Amino acid sequence: MFRKIALTAASVLVLSGGVALAETAEQHIEDVAFAHEGPFGAFDQFQLQRGLQVFTEVCAGCHGLKYVPIRTLSDAGGPGIPEDQVRAYAKQYFVIDKETGEEREAKPTDNFPANTGQGAPDLSLMAKSRAGFHGPYGTGINQMFRGMGGPEYIVSLLTGYTGETKEEFGTTLYENHAFPGGWIQMSPPIEDGSVEYADGHDNSIHHIAEDVASFLMWAAEPNMMARKQAGFVSVIFLLILSTLLYLTNKRIWAGIKGKKTA
Amino acid sequence: MSHADDHAGTGEGTRRDFLYYATAGAGAVATGAAVWPLVNQMNPSADVRSLASILVDVSTVDPGTQLTVKWRGKPVFIRHRTGEEIALAQTQDAEAAGKLPDPVARNANLADETAEATDGNRTIPSPEGEGAGAWVVQMGVCTHLGCVPLGDQGDFGGWFCPCHGSHYDMAGRIRKGPAPENLPIPPVSWVDASTIKLG
Amino acid sequence: MAGIPHDHYEPKSSGERWLYKRLPIVGLLYDTIMIPTPKNLNWMWIWGIVLTFCLALQIVTGIVLAMHYTPHVDMAFASVEHIMRDVNGGHMLRYLHANGASLFFFAVYLHIFRGLYYGSYKAPREITWIIGMLIYFLMIVTAFMGYVLPWGQMSFWGATVITGIIGAIPGIGEPIQTLLLGGPAVDNATLNRFFSLHYLLPFVISALVAVHIWAFHTTGNNNPTGVEVRRGSKEEAARDTVPFWPYFVIKDLFALAVILVVFFAIVGFMPNYLGHPDNYIEANALATPTHIVPEWYLLPFYAILRAFTADVWVVQIAQFVSFGIIDAKFFGVLVMFGAILVMALAPWLDTSSVRSGRYRPMFKMWFALLCIDFVVLMWCGAMPAAEPYATISLIASAYWFGYFLIILPLLGLIEKPLAQPATIEEDFNAHYGPNSHPAE
Repeated sequence: MFRKIALTAASVLVLSGGVALAETAEQHIEDVAFAHEGPFGAFDQFQLQRGLQVFTEVCAGCHGLKYVPIRTLSDAGGPGIPEDQVRAYAKQYFVIDKETGEEREAKPTDNFPANTGQGAPDLSLMAKSRAGFHGPYGTGINQMFRGMGGPEYIVSLLTGYTGETKEEFGTTLYENHAFPGGWIQMSPPIEDGSVEYADGHDNSIHHIAEDVASFLMWAAEPNMMARKQAGFVSVIFLLILSTLLYLTNKRIWAGIKGKKTA
Repeated sequence: MSHADDHAGTGEGTRRDFLYYATAGAGAVATGAAVWPLVNQMNPSADVRSLASILVDVSTVDPGTQLTVKWRGKPVFIRHRTGEEIALAQTQDAEAAGKLPDPVARNANLADETAEATDGNRTIPSPEGEGAGAWVVQMGVCTHLGCVPLGDQGDFGGWFCPCHGSHYDMAGRIRKGPAPENLPIPPVSWVDASTIKLG
Repeated sequence: MAGIPHDHYEPKSSGERWLYKRLPIVGLLYDTIMIPTPKNLNWMWIWGIVLTFCLALQIVTGIVLAMHYTPHVDMAFASVEHIMRDVNGGHMLRYLHANGASLFFFAVYLHIFRGLYYGSYKAPREITWIIGMLIYFLMIVTAFMGYVLPWGQMSFWGATVITGIIGAIPGIGEPIQTLLLGGPAVDNATLNRFFSLHYLLPFVISALVAVHIWAFHTTGNNNPTGVEVRRGSKEEAARDTVPFWPYFVIKDLFALAVILVVFFAIVGFMPNYLGHPDNYIEANALATPTHIVPEWYLLPFYAILRAFTADVWVVQIAQFVSFGIIDAKFFGVLVMFGAILVMALAPWLDTSSVRSGRYRPMFKMWFALLCIDFVVLMWCGAMPAAEPYATISLIASAYWFGYFLIILPLLGLIEKPLAQPATIEEDFNAHYGPNSHPAE
């Protein structure tokens, strides 16, 4: 009897996890096998560096990254850019000094500046604030196997422009397969060859999109690797502890239970 | 504790004990592993640690002027001394020898903690193109009770602390008043001709 | 304390005797941990230790998180990002706390449904049940307020919707809502007081847990047969029970370790699965998310709240009978709280003289339906409030109330129960064969 209930209870987790929204007909998010996915996944350092380049050259014009400290660009597990290069990189941004109130060049200890000039959303948490995968039918199964799909959503969005535009109340809207509602205010930001990579890496629109999406995932969750490692160690250790407790439990109860007949 | 088996031969007994000790040990390790992050989260966070060292652009600090910056939450005086001030400091050095209330240099950049408080030991090496003794970098915190001394004041041409009347000279040494020690000099080095690194 | 006869603590050394005369704390702890416990408890009895662990986990992680969190509308979201990025181990602490709440509710639902199936709520354990319901209610309030603290979109809009339902109470509703919010809408005043109360309530819960344990230690634990422990003499009791330490402490710790394997796997590898991406967007009072949903553990109540719209005939009747005082919105509120209330009243609604569902064949069917109903309500709560989900929610809500108000009272009168074992010992031996030694 309780096995039935336990199964029902277990399905509670699956059925309601990954809060379901009815998928709109236009939304089509493709699955991408990012380097960081899976329990043993890790960020690809070079991909993160390429993504940083895309962000700097294309996105930073309109989008801020206000929760990301510039110094984290040199942290292990991230783009891993040497500290002196990070210092030079920081100088292209301008921030208001908290103590003097004046504008000055950014230092690595500052965060990337906010950028609201064009009404564009900040990108610090974009990869975690969008779910690319839903359902099916509100059960949350897709997300359990493929992840939340935030970076996948970003890739699909950047590559999902159809080329159609329309005017609405004086604003130009661009048709996009991935954006909810199908029409987005942002003009197509990248195309094949938008960014030249120094190492000559493939820079088709799809690769550029994946690189920047991967970078944005790191920007949203820089401690992902540390988290997975902690999870891995905890699980292994708890498995050992469970085994020991199982044997201890059996030993303790042996006298009381005698021979099991049922 | 109940002894719930009756096969207590020494072999069985020690096997049982080993299991119990192993389990208790594993449990203790789990608890310890859980406690450490709870304590470590109180240690300085990454943003605080990143300010442990700062770079200061001193290109605008003309001779005869002082720049005050905040480092690790406290003020640091960066003074660029003029030729006359250096000469005056060296005269004071000769006069004060043997009579300083605090004879120790208090300079974190010197290997010897007990080095004498000569003017040479209280200044930082100058960058290329400048004579020795041009730059004095020290904590702007009075060693008496922690007020911030005022520059270009006091009987010795250096700093004067208004709280209880301590006088510091051109090299930041305490000469008169209740402060017990010279203004301490933090770790400092030149990164390039116009930038110093504190910490 | 328990009505079960057993040996009590005797201070042995002179040091122990000195302390015992002044404060019998060692005796209290000893008697509590050694309490005779029915030896046939199955794996559905482990949830108590999981719940205790969760309470401790939430309090400990909560206290350390509070060292870095700033409860001001301009800084709350940024302070959580500071925790996630800069605080040593902060990301783990945050994910442990957020997912710890989910584990807490997962365990409490299994704990409650265990009680519903085995009749643990029946006399003489009504007080234990009522205190349990109070603890559950406070858990809901605490979790709700805690979710507001990160000040994301869901935090803000969830708070707006749920505090809005208080305004649905006729007459006194709006002044109470304003008092709660500290203003006309959810804003800084609300956030600050939610932080204060979120910190306070877990300690109220801890006190209630102590009373909860006191209560079921007084009556003695229920067990899968629903047959009471024999209390004629110590020897008789010893044939039905084993001391809690070490038998059930170790069994419970084993179960806890297994559950923590899964918990840490989730925290380590999919910590955002049970959350909502919209909460990674800073709260914006001028932009409502497309679908406002609470966390999964509150979804069944959300479904019940939304199910009763103005076109439902029960609502229309209520509206008519109350001269318009009870409208659809207020009806939904009443029904939402009513869902917990009817569960709390189970001891008095269940007329069966048989305690455990194991020996109640008709009951088993209806109970299984109740479990499915709970899951269906949870799924409905996540769906938009449109057809077919609206109708399904209505049917599912109706079943929930029907189970407690109609089925439980009727079953006791018409059901033919199976034969129950005469004693716990008999039930235990049927599974494990005659034991070699009684517990010493």
